[in-house]
Amino acid sequence: MRVRKHEQSGPGCAGACCLRIEDLGVRLGGEEVLRHVSFHLHCGEIVALIGPNGAGKSSLFRTILGQTAHTGSIRFQRADGDKTRPLIGYVPQSPVFDRGDPVSVFDFFSAAISTWPVFLPTPAKLRGRVEGCLERVHADGLIDKRMGALSGGELQRVLLALALEPLPHILMLDEPLSGVDIDGEQQLLDMLDEIRMKYDLSILLSTHDFATLDQYADKVILLKNQVLRTGTPEEVLGSEEFRSVFHLDLGRGKRA
Amino acid sequence: MSFWYAIVDLLPFEWAQPGSMFFMKNALLAVLVISPLFGLLSTMVVESRMSFFSDALGHSAFTGIAIGALCGLADPMWSAVALSLAFALLFTYVRRNSGIASDTVIGVFSSTAVALGIFIATLDGGSFTKFNSLLIGDILSVEPGKIALLACILLAAAALWVCCFNQLMLSSVHPALANSRGIGVFWQEAVFSAAIAVVVTVSMTWVGLLVINSLLVLPGAAARNLARNMRQYNLLSVLGAIAAGIGGLMTSYYIGASAGASITLYLAGWFLVSFLLRKRRV
Repeated sequence: MRVRKHEQSGPGCAGACCLRIEDLGVRLGGEEVLRHVSFHLHCGEIVALIGPNGAGKSSLFRTILGQTAHTGSIRFQRADGDKTRPLIGYVPQSPVFDRGDPVSVFDFFSAAISTWPVFLPTPAKLRGRVEGCLERVHADGLIDKRMGALSGGELQRVLLALALEPLPHILMLDEPLSGVDIDGEQQLLDMLDEIRMKYDLSILLSTHDFATLDQYADKVILLKNQVLRTGTPEEVLGSEEFRSVFHLDLGRGKRA
Repeated sequence: MSFWYAIVDLLPFEWAQPGSMFFMKNALLAVLVISPLFGLLSTMVVESRMSFFSDALGHSAFTGIAIGALCGLADPMWSAVALSLAFALLFTYVRRNSGIASDTVIGVFSSTAVALGIFIATLDGGSFTKFNSLLIGDILSVEPGKIALLACILLAAAALWVCCFNQLMLSSVHPALANSRGIGVFWQEAVFSAAIAVVVTVSMTWVGLLVINSLLVLPGAAARNLARNMRQYNLLSVLGAIAAGIGGLMTSYYIGASAGASITLYLAGWFLVSFLLRKRRV
């Protein structure tokens, strides 16, 4: 099954907004985590980042967020030619909440989007605003649940709703499908597709779930400290590099 | 203060008779200032898993007092505040930038501080016993001037809470997420640990080093058992701290035990009750 995809996302960035990453290099604690990473991310496009654990996927996210020093360049161009910093919505790998954590979805959400202290009585207006945000991801029924009591899929939806407020240019999701059951996964993927069409934003996500890539990803990037292969899901999943990283490489130690 | 004495004089206790027992009235006022302060900070200490950190701060405050005493300062409390502030900031820096687990970092700092404190206190064959009062604390020795200082700190902490609580909470839940939303996580943590440092150090003289940490942990821990959101959490924590503070002071007056220890025991009892209630509800 193949869902609608943007046709104009060809090479170059003519006319459309675009995140351009050129020759990116990152060192963490003396180790080279990323080297010579280059790719473009156009608006309305979903790009999936795959690669083994420790391939530098999370580091790449952190770098795009501006939290890590790097070499090379990260540039963003809006459709109108404006080159200011893009607004990035970030959905982290599920944060850990204790089951007993007295943080409700409302608390978490309003702490992030408003300056009204969450320990004071809630103004009705703020509650309405949070409800509106949660509605975008069909999660408005969760507002009074505790964060620790949410299922994996529910937590991802709440985090997604937060990343969409304020509406970003680029949405980045770090392994949104891990810890989510099959129903939740389908729901989340449908939602991403809906969001991409509705708001015309770029989505970059990392995943270990290759079976569903074909459904939603316009482009797949195979990363292992450097970009090994870029292309459509079929191209990358059928490539020599993909098999070498995920199967034939087993037991042979690190690739040179 | 005379206004406060006039109010207390209305209470039906033997120590509340007009014109006498001023130390007890001072202590009551001090408890009413200290306990909500600790109740307030406690929720965030528990939430961001810093309970061991506040314990370590007490140790560094002790070292600061030892250094102050060595230098012959009139009021070694200020050297203690300075040292524990430095300790708190350095700790936050090391924790953020080293990738070492935070309990290890705390252990390193705590043991260093306490060793340095004992080393300085016993320099030249000095005796440690003069510091014993710090370990247990004496709320009855509090003076009106110090109560005013504590009240100022309470106001400052409340103001800090209004400005920063949201960001602090988000930083403790997920630093990278908080950062992606424009929150300076390092500075949030630095300010928070500095606030704990000041509060712990200033109130140590009256509460006692050995039990001060329980005041920072127990109110939040107990409230956490019952609360379902942040409003209940903070409210229960502050109310629990105040109730235990008053109860503990009264008990210590009538039985003659240490006030700090009595307050802590009340809080521990409150924690037990809240824990049992939680069990029943789930």
